[in-house]
Amino acid sequence: MSTPNGTAMNGATSLVKSLEAAGVDVMFGIPGGAILPAYDPIFDSTIRHILVRHEQGAGHAATGYAQVTGRAGVCIATSGPGATNLVTPLADAAMDSVPLVAITGQVPSAAIGTDAFQEADIRGITMPFTKHNYLITNPDDIPRAIAEAFHIANTGRPGPVLVDIAKDALQRATTFNWPSTVSLAGYHPHLEPDSQSISDAAALIAQSHRPVFYVGGGVIKANASRELMQLAELLGAPVVTTLMALGSFPASHPLHMGMPGMHGTVSAVTALQKSDLLITLGARFDDRVTGKLSSFAVNAKVIHADIDPAEIGKNRFADVPIVGDLKATITALIPALRSALSKNQPDLSTWLRQVNHLKSTYPLGFDIPTDGTISPQYVIQQLGKISGLDSIFVAGVGQHQMWASQFIPYEKPRTWLNSGGLGTMGYSVPAAMGAKVGAPDTTVWSIDGDGCFQMTNQELVTCALNNIPIKVAIINNESLGMVRQWQTLFYEGRYSNTSLESKRIPDFPKLADAMGCVGLSCDRPEDVDSIIEKAMSINDQPVVVDFRVHRDAMVWPMVAAGTSNDEIMIAREMAPDWDSQEL
Amino acid sequence: MSTHTLAVLVENSPGVLARVAGLFSRRAYNIDSLAVGPTENPNISRMTIVINVENHALEQVIRQLDKLINVIHIAEVKPLESIQSELLLVKISATNSLKAEVERVVDSFGAKIVDWDDQSMTIEATGDPEKIANLLTAVGTFGIRELVQSGLVALERGSSALSDRTLSAQSIPTADGGQADYQN
Ligand SMILES: Cc1ncc(C[n+]2csc(CCOP(=O)(O)OP(=O)(O)O)c2C)c(N)n1
Repeated sequence: MSTPNGTAMNGATSLVKSLEAAGVDVMFGIPGGAILPAYDPIFDSTIRHILVRHEQGAGHAATGYAQVTGRAGVCIATSGPGATNLVTPLADAAMDSVPLVAITGQVPSAAIGTDAFQEADIRGITMPFTKHNYLITNPDDIPRAIAEAFHIANTGRPGPVLVDIAKDALQRATTFNWPSTVSLAGYHPHLEPDSQSISDAAALIAQSHRPVFYVGGGVIKANASRELMQLAELLGAPVVTTLMALGSFPASHPLHMGMPGMHGTVSAVTALQKSDLLITLGARFDDRVTGKLSSFAVNAKVIHADIDPAEIGKNRFADVPIVGDLKATITALIPALRSALSKNQPDLSTWLRQVNHLKSTYPLGFDIPTDGTISPQYVIQQLGKISGLDSIFVAGVGQHQMWASQFIPYEKPRTWLNSGGLGTMGYSVPAAMGAKVGAPDTTVWSIDGDGCFQMTNQELVTCALNNIPIKVAIINNESLGMVRQWQTLFYEGRYSNTSLESKRIPDFPKLADAMGCVGLSCDRPEDVDSIIEKAMSINDQPVVVDFRVHRDAMVWPMVAAGTSNDEIMIAREMAPDWDSQEL
Repeated sequence: MSTHTLAVLVENSPGVLARVAGLFSRRAYNIDSLAVGPTENPNISRMTIVINVENHALEQVIRQLDKLINVIHIAEVKPLESIQSELLLVKISATNSLKAEVERVVDSFGAKIVDWDDQSMTIEATGDPEKIANLLTAVGTFGIRELVQSGLVALERGSSALSDRTLSAQSIPTADGGQADYQN
């Protein structure tokens, strides 16, 4: 199966053999002039190539694939516009630490720098948001670059790597030499946590009376959910999971306080605010979590465990920094904490009672519209209930994303995918496609906004033609809902350019039908369940359901951008009743 | 805010300067000067970067720099423990009749006149930033027509070398792709 080293071939074949050697089973892409030589050996390769309809779709699909499998996703495009169409998914993957390898064709090396047809300096363009990138002009360098690209993308803090290859390097003769090892002088991810930091952390935890586990997406990347559960139960402290971490700790667990941040639960936001110790695991003190940084958890000490040393101290000082792989870190922390607790077991019962009181007093909820229209939150809640918690849910960006994070109780890692860091509208459909390719036996629901859907729905054609039967729930509020919500709250209801009129145009079911999908629509609350069930029963085709929902629903709770988490509102002009709390 | 000098060993490969400069600009770090050149090892270049940051931000800068794959080693070079030097070429408006006077000033700084005609003289000087600044003040009285200055370069005192501490890249087996662990 594998090609022996020393075999003569051209650069293009060497590229494809290298991708095979790297263990790639699927890639998403579109051919074009500069990458065309590679598409000839792709024709014979064992790698499944999925021909997408837009390179942005290829990039997000590779991301969705990577997020469900934990393996680097691969996308491929031609030079110039093909490559620039990958810019958004690469930036998206960088922000959410997704392992991705992007291959692009480049104009022939002699033409580089001459503004040749379809020339774009994609290496220069993507420098700020790739973990690393290459421009290859010598075919002999291809196998090593590919081996390094996968190594860099998959190890340490995962991230996207781009390999740009000049057309003549693909065409010229070379011999295939897959390296048995990679050695990069400047790249040594630090995996083993320092034992002193582990014991310092354990000692600090054993002295704390209001500890909180502040859990980020790193726990999912490190496949450390089981370890997290053991650690959390050992201490018995509340756990909050960020938008990127939903599913890393079961939502149903009594210690789970929900998601912190701008649209987090009162219990999660307040647990962080009032804590005396943040046990931060693979989270990065993002502004959407901290609110106004100077007023974030002012009385808390911080343990910060992350594989990326640059995250430590970036936004918030860490009293105990721990650099390392989170699985190794938590595994080491468990016995260290057990022994620290055997000497000094703090009483957390008051703290737990306080946060649990908030959890029961301020559960997430929503109003049922009185005019007989459908509540968007209800649709999303029922999707979770009917499809079940083994399904994978992939959100777009906007109100529907926040509701999908709030009203589906994720129990398992890698069942919730979204664009957290970049907030990329258009992520959902192609990412769901990639997720379904990575987990073909799992039900995959794209929960998308009517705005987002109109950015990348063309990939449903790809799904229909390639037997990738995803399901799409369009939460159609006929507007750019999240922006409209801000206009309602901060711009006196002046709805400048947020009405999409998408209950009129386009006709989503017809559009779905035209793309080879089953198109359904739902107007009445009483039909929601049966239509979800109908969508669940169709498994040989993609399904799109146009849920035509109430337009004015808003996402609550909310901490307005730039304000303190203490200013959390549970509804418009309604703060929690702090006076009745003992906090 | 305080000034720090970083010595950065980087792979001698295309685009490295753009990576480093891009990092400083997108993270809004202020560079006072940057000098780059070859080293005793043909595969490695050395950058000397002078930045003006808060102390805690310095650590951030170093860690972010360290994330660049082509960056091999970073060290802060302390002024008292190192030789720090800049190169200055300055053209002054001084006629030949003033040559002796200029020479006296220049000599006192260990600099030299490297070119002259009947309208001007060009002075070459090396030294730490303070010395260069003083020299400029001293010759400024003649009238400066044009000047060019290099970034600072710095080398630690004593026998040790930065590269002693680096370049021990371990080899890691390939085919180590993040293993599948779907829904663990
Ligand atoms: C590519 C891109 N453009 C613009 C935005 C700004 N933005 C954030 S949410 C949003 C509205 C999304 O509308 P829709 O998809 O209908 O979702 P809803 O908020 O109505 O649920 C916009 C325009 C963005 N996040 N991404």
